[in-house]
Amino acid sequence: MHIVEANNLTKRFGTLVAVDHVSFSVEESEIFGFLGPNGAGKTTTINMLTTLLNPTEGSAKVGGFDVKKQDAEVRGIIGLVPQDLTVDEDLTGMENMMLQAKLYHVPTKVAKERIAEALGLVGLTDSANRKVETYSGGMRKRLELAEGLIHRPKVLFLDEPTLGLDVQTRVVIWEYIKKLRDEQRITMFLTTHYMEEADILCDRIAIIDQGKIVALDTPQNLKDSLGGDIIELEFNIKTDDHTKTLNSLPQVKEVKKIGDMYRIKVSKGEKALPEIIENMLKMNLRINRVLLVKPTLDQVYLEYTGRSLRETQGETGEVWRRMRTLRRVRG
Amino acid sequence: MIEETIALTRREVKKWMKNPFLLFMMFVQPVVWLGLFGKALNLTSLISVPPDLLAQLPPQFRDQVPILLNQMISETFGGTTDYFTYMAAGMLSVIVLFTAMFSGMSIVWDRRFGFLNKLLVAPIPRGSIVLAKVSSSVIRSIFQVLLIFSIAFAFGLQVGDAFGILDFFGMLAALFLLSLGLSSLFLAVAIRIKSHETVVAVANLLNLPLMFASNALFPIKQMPEWLQTVANFNPLSYAGNAVRAFILHSSAGFDVAKVAADFQFLIGFALIFSLVGILIARTGLRKG
Repeated sequence: MHIVEANNLTKRFGTLVAVDHVSFSVEESEIFGFLGPNGAGKTTTINMLTTLLNPTEGSAKVGGFDVKKQDAEVRGIIGLVPQDLTVDEDLTGMENMMLQAKLYHVPTKVAKERIAEALGLVGLTDSANRKVETYSGGMRKRLELAEGLIHRPKVLFLDEPTLGLDVQTRVVIWEYIKKLRDEQRITMFLTTHYMEEADILCDRIAIIDQGKIVALDTPQNLKDSLGGDIIELEFNIKTDDHTKTLNSLPQVKEVKKIGDMYRIKVSKGEKALPEIIENMLKMNLRINRVLLVKPTLDQVYLEYTGRSLRETQGETGEVWRRMRTLRRVRG
Repeated sequence: MIEETIALTRREVKKWMKNPFLLFMMFVQPVVWLGLFGKALNLTSLISVPPDLLAQLPPQFRDQVPILLNQMISETFGGTTDYFTYMAAGMLSVIVLFTAMFSGMSIVWDRRFGFLNKLLVAPIPRGSIVLAKVSSSVIRSIFQVLLIFSIAFAFGLQVGDAFGILDFFGMLAALFLLSLGLSSLFLAVAIRIKSHETVVAVANLLNLPLMFASNALFPIKQMPEWLQTVANFNPLSYAGNAVRAFILHSSAGFDVAKVAADFQFLIGFALIFSLVGILIARTGLRKG
């Protein structure tokens, strides 16, 4: 059974189609990522899956429950770590956790154990009795994550879990998310507009652009779909053409000679490179210079949307307008 | 439902109980109001005859005039000749009004900061979110009322000679009903509002007229007729009447029928507005 299933899920705000006939499914204990620029419809999708918004069209099931008709049941098995920091500033970390435990009907005794464990995991044990207003942004986010776990949800929705955090904190949170999945088998559904995050963290990624899913696969397959890695080589003997020799190797998919340099397409660069070098040495060909270029998700994104994700972030036109409208209507 | 409501109410109460600045302001605000308004605008002292003028009167009138004036003042000001006492009793209703306004504002903050969404994805009844807001507002109102009452007492509030513990609880009951109705009203008004500016504007629009078009600061009888009509529908007036009747409870008599009528209105107001308000607020939490 798929733990999350969306069928032509659509949300319209007036004339704006925020999410446009999106279909996908998430396996149990998978880390599934929604990658896309701001305003692409990521949060709107999460809001529909977590019963905060009703879909205009289509349907979705979480844990087998329909998000529209069985919203109470859905709420019982999910957790949400929202994009905004929603922990209560006027309360201590511990009080925030206890409140969350009460809202999810976790018995006090069990709650205390789990809170201690969760706070330990996110490294907030020492600050648990301080008011949250004294916490840094990273600490708040970690508290938010710990809160999302107190009731042991089946599916945890993470909306931009590392937005606005520094690099070190981001890495800590990635490790934490992975650990949770590995140890507690929790299914994670996350949205992000960070390439590295999607790449490092997710088992599968859906690339979403203007409310539509344009590609969905594992990060590796998505990158492979570009045709694999590129190895650039330069030999000591430049007079002969080595294209034929290179093409005869099993690892090589395609060879292009540009000046003295050979541009070779292979599927797994790190593995193919030493093999190619070894083969060349056997033929007494020495290599002067070598370069391995791995395709990035950024290139994948470019391939599928026709725009670079980094470019899109800076665009002042369409995307920002979309985002503003979404912010307004979402409230 | 009850468990969640209690948990959420505790959150709200903790929020201000642990805020030293807010507690300080809660103390200072009534001191300023009572001190400046109650003492400076001593309306009853305006209606008095200076001693030198009194001396010019024939001796048979000399004793009569002050008695007559005092009777007149006492009738206008609901049984007291001391404006401070009159006004302090009215302030108890006003502070309930202000506190109720806060309950409306706090839901807008919760929506803005995303806290509300967190509650909405939790497996709790929607009603508990609304109930917790109202009950925490009522608790805070009663706390403020106790604070103001003590301060007013220290400032020279003159209670009636038969004022007792039952009158004290009667006063609290009237203010409790007022708070229940007003808190629900403001919550219903604020539930769909998304910006702080809007809710402050709406609250001010309702607050000041409600305060002035009542007997909280000034007797209704002295108002123009149209304003009297408004004031006679204003729950603050009824709470004001009841509170004054209890505070000024004298051995000369207690108008049970009048207080009962005030309570009738207050109970009706509290019931209708809390029921309707909570229903509106619940639907206001519905999904988009």
